[in-house]
Amino acid sequence: MSLFEAFSGTANSLSGPLPDPTTDAGWSGDHPKRVGFFTDTSVCIGCKACEVACKEWNLVPDDGTDASDLYRLTGMSYDNTGDLGSSTWRHVAFIEDVRPHGSATAAHGGQQTGFLPAGLPAVHGGGNGHTPRDADTAPPGGGTVDLLSLLPDDGAHGQQTPDDERDVRWLMASDVCKHCTHAGCLDVCPTGALFRTEFGTVVVQDDICNGCGYCVPSCPYGVIDVRESDGGAHKCTLCYDRLGEGLEPACAKACPTNSIQFGDLDELQAAADARLAELHGRGVHEARLYGRDPDDGVGGDGAFFLLLDEPEVYGMPPDPIVTTRDLPEMWRNAALTAVGLGAAVVAAFWGGRR
Amino acid sequence: MGHDANTEMSERSGIDRDAVKPRRGRGRRGEELQVPEAEFRSYYGRPIIKAPVWKNPDVPLYLFLGGLAATSSGLGALGGATGRPTLRRTGRLAAAGGAIGGTVFLVHDLHRPSRFHHMLRVLKPTSPLSVGTWILSPFATFAAATAAAELTEPVLRGRGASTLAGLVRRAGGASGAASAVIGPALGTYTAVLFSNTAVPTWHEAHRILPVVFAGSAAAAGGGMGLVGASVRDNEPAARLGVAGAIVELVAGSSMERSLGLLGDVYHKGRAGTLMKASKACLAAGAVGTLLGRKRRWSAALSGLALMAGSALTRFGVFDAGIASANDPAHIVVPQRERLRQRQSTNETTQAPPDRAFA
Ligand code: SF4
Repeated sequence: MSLFEAFSGTANSLSGPLPDPTTDAGWSGDHPKRVGFFTDTSVCIGCKACEVACKEWNLVPDDGTDASDLYRLTGMSYDNTGDLGSSTWRHVAFIEDVRPHGSATAAHGGQQTGFLPAGLPAVHGGGNGHTPRDADTAPPGGGTVDLLSLLPDDGAHGQQTPDDERDVRWLMASDVCKHCTHAGCLDVCPTGALFRTEFGTVVVQDDICNGCGYCVPSCPYGVIDVRESDGGAHKCTLCYDRLGEGLEPACAKACPTNSIQFGDLDELQAAADARLAELHGRGVHEARLYGRDPDDGVGGDGAFFLLLDEPEVYGMPPDPIVTTRDLPEMWRNAALTAVGLGAAVVAAFWGGRR
Repeated sequence: MGHDANTEMSERSGIDRDAVKPRRGRGRRGEELQVPEAEFRSYYGRPIIKAPVWKNPDVPLYLFLGGLAATSSGLGALGGATGRPTLRRTGRLAAAGGAIGGTVFLVHDLHRPSRFHHMLRVLKPTSPLSVGTWILSPFATFAAATAAAELTEPVLRGRGASTLAGLVRRAGGASGAASAVIGPALGTYTAVLFSNTAVPTWHEAHRILPVVFAGSAAAAGGGMGLVGASVRDNEPAARLGVAGAIVELVAGSSMERSLGLLGDVYHKGRAGTLMKASKACLAAGAVGTLLGRKRRWSAALSGLALMAGSALTRFGVFDAGIASANDPAHIVVPQRERLRQRQSTNETTQAPPDRAFA
């Protein structure tokens, strides 16, 4: 994209549907087909084989332990990695959905399905029903939100199983970098360390990255992060090295239930649509695809999901938009303001004594 | 680079650890809430996007120094052209000092500082940091050359090398003019740097943030001029400083209001304190300038207040962004609202029910 296009907003590759991001990124027409992941969370058993396989294959170091907790237990569920990060490229979210019998209502976004009711109860604030939420109290390091306080019944303790008073549903989902069609991380990288591969995926070149950290707040999904120990930004590469050898990524290989499916993106999309129709046919109306829609704010994801509840319940943004969609307008505003600032400096000398 | 996760976390968020701990009790903060609590769901209340790993104070200081240098270069160049030697000298030295200091902070902010030059591999218009590097590098070069000329010319003249001194003076004038032309871009691009992220409070302010930052740059440069220039020369600096303070105050308040729910981070916590202090300093500096420009000491004090106000704004905006990124409500509530609105406008043409995209 030329400078002119960037400032005038005529570039069309900043947002919207884009059938072939690989060619858009400058690869010649005979590149391989775009590949991706379809993660079907309806069959995820939360075994974390993907997390382990990813770490082993990619030699990803220890996540670092919380000072207070050797095993980084988050204290909120069986999740002990908390979120994706520089040293967690697959993260298995683990949601214990506990509520009194029959309390699922439309207000909760849940539908009576014959299964257990959908969705965690809506809570006031960041996870603690008794505390007013405010920005300063979010736990960025995680680990201190008390799951018990989420329970509708203050007297509830310990592990729950379905009984006469409560329904329990466990949602598990293996999250990963979405390899966006319009990737905010890649757009803002000032060194060119982040690039789009011939497979249409998004990868960091560690020998180029200078640790500026701009990609970190620019990812609408909170995926990429800078690793304190080496200062570089890291995230899922969709096993770029394995792809080159015709192997599937380590996590997909290790997944025992085929919750993580790897393949050509168009085939995965067809498989996902069929799976969704099948689940809906079986009455699982809460099933939905996330990141599948090429018309969404990031032009669709290379790694997309079948979820059983709203995305935010899994820690994903409900309607992400790539920040650079608005960049041409931002550049125009800043350029106009710069002209104004220059004029103000000149005006300050106007009519003054010589 | 601590190995202790607590240290790491404080470093990354740039806020003190206590301020980000979940609070159990209903503290004084409860009363300060400007908007009703929004109902939303999230993954155990954890942040959804990652807060910037930019260092504090490096990045806010870079913003402040860049703004200071941006307008100082103009005051220096025009001060020279209009026969105001003390303003010229102050502007030139402040432009160079700000640009060099800012560059040092920018490099120090990198997590791999020795690779700073990798920024110069490419020029990417989609990356404000890349564009900014290509604004800062020539600016710093010209500003440093100008300051060098400013400092060496009298020395040369003192030694009787007046031909050489004349050459140096002309070269300084030319590079000073070049830096003054680039300056305004340096003062406003940083707003794009912040808005072009997924941080809700920064991104949603992308229309007005450049104006806030331009005002802040004018207040800083004007303030510096008031501190350094003589009473005889300081009138343009006074005008610029007061105008900058007014723009910053008005645009800043309008930004906080127009953000709605996302503006809550400007009214509480450390960002709230910083923004309040900033407004007080700017107002005091502007009034002090109007009343006391003609006395050396009151002009200098007012100039310092203007500069402090400008710097505090940068720190406040930075902290507000960190708080916003760490707040899942800032992501979920507006995005849900967006989806709801889109659905209600699409109601009639809605997609087939089997395509339930989230
Ligand atoms: S923006 Fe985030 S999710 Fe998208 S490719 Fe980059 S790191 Fe992955």
